[in-house]
Amino acid sequence: MEEKKLAIIATKGTLDWAYPPFILASTAAALGYETQIFFTFYGLQLVRKDLGALKVSPIANPGMPMKMPFGPKWFRGINWNIPNALQCIIPGYESVATALMKQTIANNGVATIPELRELCQEAEVKFLACQMTVELFGFDHADFIDGIDYVGAATFFEFAGDSDICLFI
Amino acid sequence: MNFDKELDARGLNCPLPILRSKKTLNEMTSGQVLKIIATDPGSVKDFAAFAKQTGNELLSSAEAGGEYTFFIKKK
Repeated sequence: MEEKKLAIIATKGTLDWAYPPFILASTAAALGYETQIFFTFYGLQLVRKDLGALKVSPIANPGMPMKMPFGPKWFRGINWNIPNALQCIIPGYESVATALMKQTIANNGVATIPELRELCQEAEVKFLACQMTVELFGFDHADFIDGIDYVGAATFFEFAGDSDICLFI
Repeated sequence: MNFDKELDARGLNCPLPILRSKKTLNEMTSGQVLKIIATDPGSVKDFAAFAKQTGNELLSSAEAGGEYTFFIKKK
């Protein structure tokens, strides 16, 4: 059987949206897929050496459960419906939400992003970065982890055109 | 059941049990059996799907007291 191929375009630069590309790519690699991820626009944040820019924002995200990752069970069960207008004026709101999200992730035995990214690299998932957006956002190649190819859309299509699955995330 | 290696994936969530299993299987030789213990309820279907897609044989899959035990024979 010929090896299957998965091509992913990663466009989001937040902690929550960092998960789908890395989870799917690492799992596909474990299943024997040849896998490539093309990081473009905000998705470039996922391949920076410093992942500190990855945060979650509950603002204008009504789908996000707002629960505390500590305390007794009844307390953890409360959903804190804080109005958007209030969220916007509280300084450091996103940093606090991010810290709480990271705690929830740890509590649930979910991998961290650095861990998943490393697992992808170990499994030989190929990382491509969009050279155009690297320049557009004023990044330098030194900002990114090793082992990345800096390419344009045409190079991505060389692999994606032959892929069995192609996802835009 | 006899096994050659054991992997404790308790407390780990998707996709870690599968990724750790794959990594452990890579270090094993053909015909050897890997025992995996997990607590992720999603792992029941996931290990069946993993076996089907990779050709490694799922010898057994069982649940007892919230823990799932799998035996996989390396292709």
